[in-house]
Amino acid sequence: MSGEAERAMRTTTYREALREAMSEAMRADDRVFLMGEDVGRYGGCFGVSLGMLEEFGPERIRDTPLSESAFVGAGIGAALGGMRPIVEIMTVNFSLLALDQILNNAATLLHMSGGQLPVPLVIRMTTGAGRQLAAQHSHSLEGWYAHIPGIRVLAPATVEDARYLLAPALADPDPVLVFEHGSLYNASGELAPLTEPVDLDRARVRRPGTDVSLITYGGCLPKVLAAADELAADGLDPEVVDLRSLRPLDEATIDASVARTHRVVVVDEGWRTGSLAAEVCAGIAERCFYDLDAPVERVCSAEVPIPYARQLEEAALPQVRDVAAAARRTVG
Amino acid sequence: MSAERATRPGRTAAAKAGGHHQDLLTAMLRIRRFEERCVELYSGARIRGFVHLCIGEEAVAVGVHRALTPQDAIVSTYRDHGHALARGVPEADVMAEMYGRATGCSGGRGGSMHLFDAERRFYGGNAIVAGGLPLAAGLALADRLCDRSRVTCCFFGDGAFAEGEFHETANLAALWDLPLLLVCENNLYAMGTALPRHQAQTDLAARAASYGMVAWAVDGMDVEAVERAARRAVEGIRAGTGPHFLEARTYRFRAHSMYDPDRYRDKAEIEEWKKRDPIARLTDLMNENGELTKKRLARIEREVAEEIDAAVREAEQAPEEPVADLLRHVTSPPVDAA
Amino acid sequence: MTMAEFTMPSLGADMDEGVLQEWLVRPGDRVRKGEPIAVVETAKSAIEVECFETGTVDRLLVDPGTTVPVGAPLAMISAAEKAAPKRAPGTAGKAGKGTAGEAGRHRPEEAAQKPPEPAPGRQVPGGAVPAPEDGTPGSAGPLVRHLAERSGVDVDTLHGTGPGGRVTRADVERAAAPPPSRQRITPFARRLAGELGVDPASVKGTGKDGGVRAADVRLAAGRPAREAVPRGPVAPAAGAAGPTTMRRAIADLMTRANREIPHYYLSTTVDLAASMAWLREYNRLAPVSERLLPAAMLLKAAARAAREVPELNGFWNEGHFTPGDGVHLGVAVSLRGGGLVAPAIHDADTVPLPELMAGLKDLVHRARSGRLRGSEVADPTLTVTDLGDQGVESVLGVIYPPQVSLVGFGRVVERPCAVDGLLGVRPVVTATLSADHRATDGAVGARFLRVLDRRLQQPEEL
Repeated sequence: MSGEAERAMRTTTYREALREAMSEAMRADDRVFLMGEDVGRYGGCFGVSLGMLEEFGPERIRDTPLSESAFVGAGIGAALGGMRPIVEIMTVNFSLLALDQILNNAATLLHMSGGQLPVPLVIRMTTGAGRQLAAQHSHSLEGWYAHIPGIRVLAPATVEDARYLLAPALADPDPVLVFEHGSLYNASGELAPLTEPVDLDRARVRRPGTDVSLITYGGCLPKVLAAADELAADGLDPEVVDLRSLRPLDEATIDASVARTHRVVVVDEGWRTGSLAAEVCAGIAERCFYDLDAPVERVCSAEVPIPYARQLEEAALPQVRDVAAAARRTVG
Repeated sequence: MSAERATRPGRTAAAKAGGHHQDLLTAMLRIRRFEERCVELYSGARIRGFVHLCIGEEAVAVGVHRALTPQDAIVSTYRDHGHALARGVPEADVMAEMYGRATGCSGGRGGSMHLFDAERRFYGGNAIVAGGLPLAAGLALADRLCDRSRVTCCFFGDGAFAEGEFHETANLAALWDLPLLLVCENNLYAMGTALPRHQAQTDLAARAASYGMVAWAVDGMDVEAVERAARRAVEGIRAGTGPHFLEARTYRFRAHSMYDPDRYRDKAEIEEWKKRDPIARLTDLMNENGELTKKRLARIEREVAEEIDAAVREAEQAPEEPVADLLRHVTSPPVDAA
Repeated sequence: MTMAEFTMPSLGADMDEGVLQEWLVRPGDRVRKGEPIAVVETAKSAIEVECFETGTVDRLLVDPGTTVPVGAPLAMISAAEKAAPKRAPGTAGKAGKGTAGEAGRHRPEEAAQKPPEPAPGRQVPGGAVPAPEDGTPGSAGPLVRHLAERSGVDVDTLHGTGPGGRVTRADVERAAAPPPSRQRITPFARRLAGELGVDPASVKGTGKDGGVRAADVRLAAGRPAREAVPRGPVAPAAGAAGPTTMRRAIADLMTRANREIPHYYLSTTVDLAASMAWLREYNRLAPVSERLLPAAMLLKAAARAAREVPELNGFWNEGHFTPGDGVHLGVAVSLRGGGLVAPAIHDADTVPLPELMAGLKDLVHRARSGRLRGSEVADPTLTVTDLGDQGVESVLGVIYPPQVSLVGFGRVVERPCAVDGLLGVRPVVTATLSADHRATDGAVGARFLRVLDRRLQQPEEL
């Protein structure tokens, strides 16, 4: 396989990979359409849907008014009406205006109707800080969403996942929320053709190791991989786990990693209190207690609305040196 | 069924009208008697949770449904018994749901406020005020994208006018010419707050019209008037003139919910509105027309009572959803790879 | 004429009872279905409640101001017409001519059978309940108070375990004792220590605040500090690794013992007639849960013998013998899943027999459920293995290094036996000693078995 695969291997960006995935889905299935603020003429706030209006027309690349609740709710209704909508919300902070629809309808209708009304909807949104956008465009609230039963929460962190997670997400009969970290859109990487079906439930070990498990997802993955390189230069052998799916959490992969390394650092750009990191740690304490050879460490954002000034924002966010220091504490 | 009966050849126009009136009367009585039984069962703790009654408002549900076909979709509110029954959701299924039984129309997971029937395109009672409106717009959008000549009808109350979701949806529906019928059941109170105490401009139809859609107000205590208005709106929507708004001015005779002491309304005001009871109004009309005898009314009452008795019996005996199935329907069952 | 009950309605999901605030009707009034007939006050507000029958109010059963559970009858309505009421109760006819004044007439009867509950702050009539001063937390006699004062314990803060909550001497002593210091050890290191047969207490921690980590345990077990984990996508499940790891640890330890320790073996048959007789009498008087097993006596006797022959109680390390700092008796416990552990009963020579028995039961239970404390696995100064319950007659065991002796007991059996020139049937047990020839010679071992025998002939002194 390798010869052919290597030939087909190419370099692309996270943004282009998302666009390719959407275009592919829309060509394959008439029921799929994209709607959101400025997805059409503008080409998407982050340029993800640039050029799609030209190919698919304004009915299927549908610009919406700035009415998050109405267009997310309309996505839910359209899904009930037989469509396979992709709804783009500009940032996770704005998604709060649609939280009623996401929680009270999308996540709830299947159960509340006794199984009659599945909602096959994909909602994409940008999350995270790092671009000096200040407190109303920078938060990482995916952990909140992961609290809600009835939805699936994905956080693609690589070009490969940006390209290949959408198709299974659209095939899922239930709502799927996809969180795209703003710092990743320009990231480029190698993209190989898909060789096996994508399992949305599974985390990925991005770097195998034996000394400490660095567990993270989304925008923190590149930082954690950099920290792992730094630690490796010191003779340590860290393992990096990319959760990919924040709900459901892949406990089997987490537990197997802890059983290998006996030390854990969870890295999460959300605030520490009540965070997804807290959930991961609690699960490890419940399931892997007798595997732990050091207290579990967390590297999270400071408990502050993300500030504008560069040095303040940097100080508020998990950084490579923080991850490396936490990892050293576990083995030190 | 009523349509068949009404168009049977060889009947005089008067007889047709009489048959139609009788259908309307039966449908309204069914809702009222059903809800009266609910009060009794609630008081006896057979059903629990929140129960919101539409007694006094039956003409809106019945009149609007006369204008809809089985292909059209309904989105309702937490005051949804009348809408569900008018839509044809079987009384036994609704009652079993109120009992929280496995045979309930939502499998016992919804209760009074969340009646669902996907087969009848009844997309449920939504208990977030205005929360059903965006969803209804989406159902209409799907029909538009697929070029289907179907209408989605969304019920909501006057309280929804204070919610952003109403205004967002009204704009979206008009902007996209969605085949959506917005029916505002204006019963003058958002729970306990009178309309003039929560809206600066109380002419709701005028405000809906400001979004660029056809909007009318109609006497919600007159079932025939509601039916006529709804037919006109649905015809307009099917003709492609975009969403229509109907404000049905109505009144609930009972408190907001079973737990409401009703302190915010004047008893005299309630009595005044009761004089316009849609059921009494229709029976008066039928009596005047000689369409209704005492015997016939008694027969209708008896039949409705028997239906409800049967529904209660069924609900009483229906199995409970096993606790082992608690986590069912949170996510869809996995699809076979094959 | 048929009667229907008008009951306290449920007026909300969270309503279990309501207060009947006011009657809007009187007996004899005509009521119509749907008419309000009473005002009920709930946690939220007062609500007019309606009647579901048309007829005449026969009688009111509840006075205004009464709290009534949902579903309880408030009034009887005699139905006016033919339609039989759905819930006409059989008792209605027998109810008699009650009036509102007889409200809740079932209640007084019920109440009469129950003793009245004491109102807060009221004196309870003496007799039935312990006198209040006895039950007051912290109450203590003068002796105990004196003891507490001397030990610097505030007697009023103590939880008394004596009769009526009285503070006992033991409570004071417990409070006066310094809290046991807790070893800092990671969960994984503790687990690993168990699997490798390493006593965590003997391991020097190199982690933060001297905490013991897995690497320290491996070092103590003479293994590489880093676990050699095969690189691969899936590690073996932790549970599956347990028994094999333990087997390996036992194999290592026993191989070392047989390679390094020049064992010598001695054995003797001990007459247990006196012990068994004493035991029978003791058990006859003791509650079932506190009965003693012969094993406890054997352990106690071995511990006493070890105290008297200290050359066998200790460790052989780096070419010389170090005596133990007390007699900490290791008890070999076989585990259900295979393998064995030998946790210690500390100071077994001084612990009273009933306490030793309780300790033994507790230890076996916890060993088998994997919940031993680090200090128990830590430091036995010699080990006893009693395979009597497995049916063997004698045990020639292998010493746990760095200990220098192992005592074995077989089954207690009845044997023909000559005593004082007469032949009789006596219960006997074969006691064996495996000892390290580097530390002692056979004479010392023989002395040990003699002492053991003597101790078992004087059970009352154990």
